[in-house]
Amino acid sequence: MSGPAFASLLSPVRAVGAATLGLLRATGALAIFAAQALLAAVSPPWHARQILQQVVRIGFYSLPVVGVTAVFIGAALALNIYTGGARFNAESFVPNIVVLGITRELGPVFAGLMLAGRVSAGIAAELGAMRVSQQIDALYTLSVPAERYLVAPRVIAGVLVLPLLVLIADILGVMGGWLVATTALDFNGQVYLENTLSFVTAGDIISGLIKAAVFGFIITVMGCRLGLTAGGGAVGVGRSATLAVVSAAMLIFAANYLLTSLFVGIGL
Amino acid sequence: MSALLSYEAVSKRYGAREVLRGVSLEVLPGRSLVIIGTSGAGKSVTLRCGLGLERPDAGVVRFEGADLARESATARAARLGRMGMLFQGGALFDALPVWENVAFRPIHRGGVGRKAARELAIATLAKVNLAPSVADQLPSELSGGMQKRVAFARAIVDTPDLIFFDEPTTGLDPITADAVNRLIRTTVSSLGAAAVTITHDLASARFIGDEIALLHEGVIRWRGSPVDLDTTDEPHVRQFVAGLAEGPIRAAF
Repeated sequence: MSGPAFASLLSPVRAVGAATLGLLRATGALAIFAAQALLAAVSPPWHARQILQQVVRIGFYSLPVVGVTAVFIGAALALNIYTGGARFNAESFVPNIVVLGITRELGPVFAGLMLAGRVSAGIAAELGAMRVSQQIDALYTLSVPAERYLVAPRVIAGVLVLPLLVLIADILGVMGGWLVATTALDFNGQVYLENTLSFVTAGDIISGLIKAAVFGFIITVMGCRLGLTAGGGAVGVGRSATLAVVSAAMLIFAANYLLTSLFVGIGL
Repeated sequence: MSALLSYEAVSKRYGAREVLRGVSLEVLPGRSLVIIGTSGAGKSVTLRCGLGLERPDAGVVRFEGADLARESATARAARLGRMGMLFQGGALFDALPVWENVAFRPIHRGGVGRKAARELAIATLAKVNLAPSVADQLPSELSGGMQKRVAFARAIVDTPDLIFFDEPTTGLDPITADAVNRLIRTTVSSLGAAAVTITHDLASARFIGDEIALLHEGVIRWRGSPVDLDTTDEPHVRQFVAGLAEGPIRAAF
């Protein structure tokens, strides 16, 4: 076989190899960035004003979107469980399964996804705009590392605030289920709530809050990473924002499965 | 007199493109070096290497004899504390009022309360001919010329020994550009600081430079005084000064 023919035969292999190396390089760079972000978040100095500002931005301004989502998820869940449960006379389990589903799974995952859309994209766009307008370079020349001034406050706020949002989502999700159950499914309101409270355990709530903290880390780290590496002007900033949402959402699903496996394994 | 900042055979490559090819320059204390050249000549990369924002692939950049590539985080912070930088677009922090932009370094270095930092910012704004009323405005509320002044105030707030200027007059009308040039010259002179400016504005280069270097395709083609700029026979300089498309420098489009 001639040299050029052999080379063309190898070109798909080369392309796969290059793509694999690229993926490994990007994963490695992201892992290093995440470790640096974590280190900057847990070690002083902390920029208190920046942290407070991010708590308000990420937490307070996300309340409506997370709250509304939780109410409708809880309501839809109650209807589905009632319909499915009716097939084997298990309609009475609606409050139990709604609270279990909301606290352990749907509350943290949907709050995470909503924040991936709202917060991760916002962070990527903001930091990307700062990158292309040389504000990140300016921080360096002013001896203030971007990972301390920009990244750490967002990561701290994300990790602290998302569990609080999920706690609120848990309550509103259960109330969404309660609303549907009492108005459309002939449940007694008081009995529904008593069943809910007697069934739910601290472990159910805690496992959801741990997930929320991890998702908060993922959302903010992906936003920061893709914002700080944005290039190519307005198009590059837009691309970074989109990529931040998509990658944060995918990582949330993956982390959710891993954490669920872990919690099941340790009996939480 | 030993150099405050020196480039020793600095080369820098981005992919297949070699942006700097063995650049050697020295900046003496209190002296103003202006690097001129067309777009894509390597001026910005030269400046970024001097700040430590980019690491050369070959060669060394030294500040007071110390290699920037080998400095510790503490040494880097100390060095940057003695440098000021005026970015082309100002690079002011959008979310902060003018006074916090100006006093950003003192605030974050610690040891200065916010009240004292604000007073320091207002005093520095006065040095660049800006009224105290500007202090509480956001950068987006100011004109381009005023933003440049605020960025300049931020660069000089800690009385640096070396100030970098990235295209200080680009995008300004001729009158504002002249005002900025005069401000740079008088302020740098009064601080006793050295300056490195990159520009393709010849009027600016002549006005603020003690020495001018022409950079083309990553190589320093010529160095001399502003007066020599008009008398040299070096073909790159002749073409640049005359502003002709014909010559050894090809237009960058």
